[in-house]
Amino acid sequence: MAVVPQVAAQSTSEGSPSAPTARVRLAVNGVRHELDLDTRQSLLDVLREDLGLTGTKKGCNQGACGACTILLNGRRVVSCLTLAAMHDGATVETIEGLEKNGELHPLQSAFVEHDGLQCGFCTPGQIMSAVGCIAEGHAGSPDDIRFWMSGNICRCGAYPGIVAAVADAAKRV
Amino acid sequence: MLPFTIEKVRSVEAAIAAASSGRRLIAGGTTLIDLMRDEVEQPQQLVDINALPLSEIRVDRSDLVIGALARMADVAAHPDVQRLHPMVAESLIEGASPQLRNMASIGGNLLQRVRCPYFRMLDAACNKRSPLSGCAALGGLNAGHAILGTSDHCVATHPSDVAVTLVALDATMRVVGPKGERTFLVEELFRLPGDTPHLEHTLLPGELIVEVRVPGGPVGRRGRYLKVRDRASYEFALVSAAAALDVADGVIRGARLAVGGVGTRPWRMRAVESALIGKVPDRKVFEAAARLALEGALPLSGNRYKLELLPRTIVRAFEMTGGIA
Repeated sequence: MAVVPQVAAQSTSEGSPSAPTARVRLAVNGVRHELDLDTRQSLLDVLREDLGLTGTKKGCNQGACGACTILLNGRRVVSCLTLAAMHDGATVETIEGLEKNGELHPLQSAFVEHDGLQCGFCTPGQIMSAVGCIAEGHAGSPDDIRFWMSGNICRCGAYPGIVAAVADAAKRV
Repeated sequence: MLPFTIEKVRSVEAAIAAASSGRRLIAGGTTLIDLMRDEVEQPQQLVDINALPLSEIRVDRSDLVIGALARMADVAAHPDVQRLHPMVAESLIEGASPQLRNMASIGGNLLQRVRCPYFRMLDAACNKRSPLSGCAALGGLNAGHAILGTSDHCVATHPSDVAVTLVALDATMRVVGPKGERTFLVEELFRLPGDTPHLEHTLLPGELIVEVRVPGGPVGRRGRYLKVRDRASYEFALVSAAAALDVADGVIRGARLAVGGVGTRPWRMRAVESALIGKVPDRKVFEAAARLALEGALPLSGNRYKLELLPRTIVRAFEMTGGIA
């Protein structure tokens, strides 16, 4: 893995020159980073603002909408409600890491095929949540999918397409 | 969010020392970080306790023992939990979202703070956040608030689902602190608001929750958790009920009931339980007993509907236990 050293970012929403910092090592989509971070930075802010991975979206920033869902050490979490400083040594997967060698992940293809989106803002969170949902074995039926995907809100109301996409992808992954 | 330092501790002793010196412990963080962002909580020193060896879920004799740092999702999915106490798993799965359940710990779940909107609104009166400032919920939006255990100072409900089940099942908790360890009923963790709603629990300074123990037995195996809410999942309870019956030879020998969404703490319903003992379980018996749940209930301007919804939820929950012979 490549190691990308980074300096303390002063440009983040929480950054200020005098605030306490923490050294955090993260492996994000297979790339290692060493960061000096403001202790107040959420994992979401670090992904978006320090690492430039803006695929992960900031919706409510209070754990209610699921737009910021990522896999943290293999488990789906909302990255807005956890501090990056608590995850030294962690492995993170984001929407940017799903595509392999120019091939979309089966969930990405399924969302396209089943119109699992309109505006697309919630889609990265939906797809990362669905990766977790399928891995947990909670995508066995449409009812199952509706319940176990309920942490991801879609304000456009693309739910029928989302459920169809997850059900379809569950057969393929 | 105001600046803070954060350190990681790797032993229970170090966590107790840190908590005793006024530093704030953080586990899953799903409540605390949210409240820090709104500056409702303003700790200056955080102590990350996630490296402590307190995540184990095990069976001790017939008791279920859950480490304080076990995640909600892991407890709910554990085969021993599903076998011995399906209602514990059910109440966990009915709470929060899959993502939050992967993050939130059992100890933190019990200590989570209220969802009253005025508690989170810095410019609103709230005795819990800012003692003696008043209670905006009394004359405000209070459809989600409590009808039991309220005071003129606070009417917020305790938001946990699993706490309701743990209270119904006489679960105990073990805590350690600077003066040694104590074990007490989970029910005794929660204070009534009275005129000090800013004091929410009975932990002493520096004390850390180590584990929760749910006694085994026939009652728990047939318990059910019913949660009534504004949407089918990922929403706090309007009313919930953790109900369990031990029926032998067609007669109720044991009954357990605690309710959520209606009390300022998870609310055990001992009068309802007593009224069921010795009876043949059927809907009429459940309905008669459930009326006792309203003793002392004080509705607010927006939550009178809970006077009807509470007994109905209790009846439905007992019917779901399969206690009808």
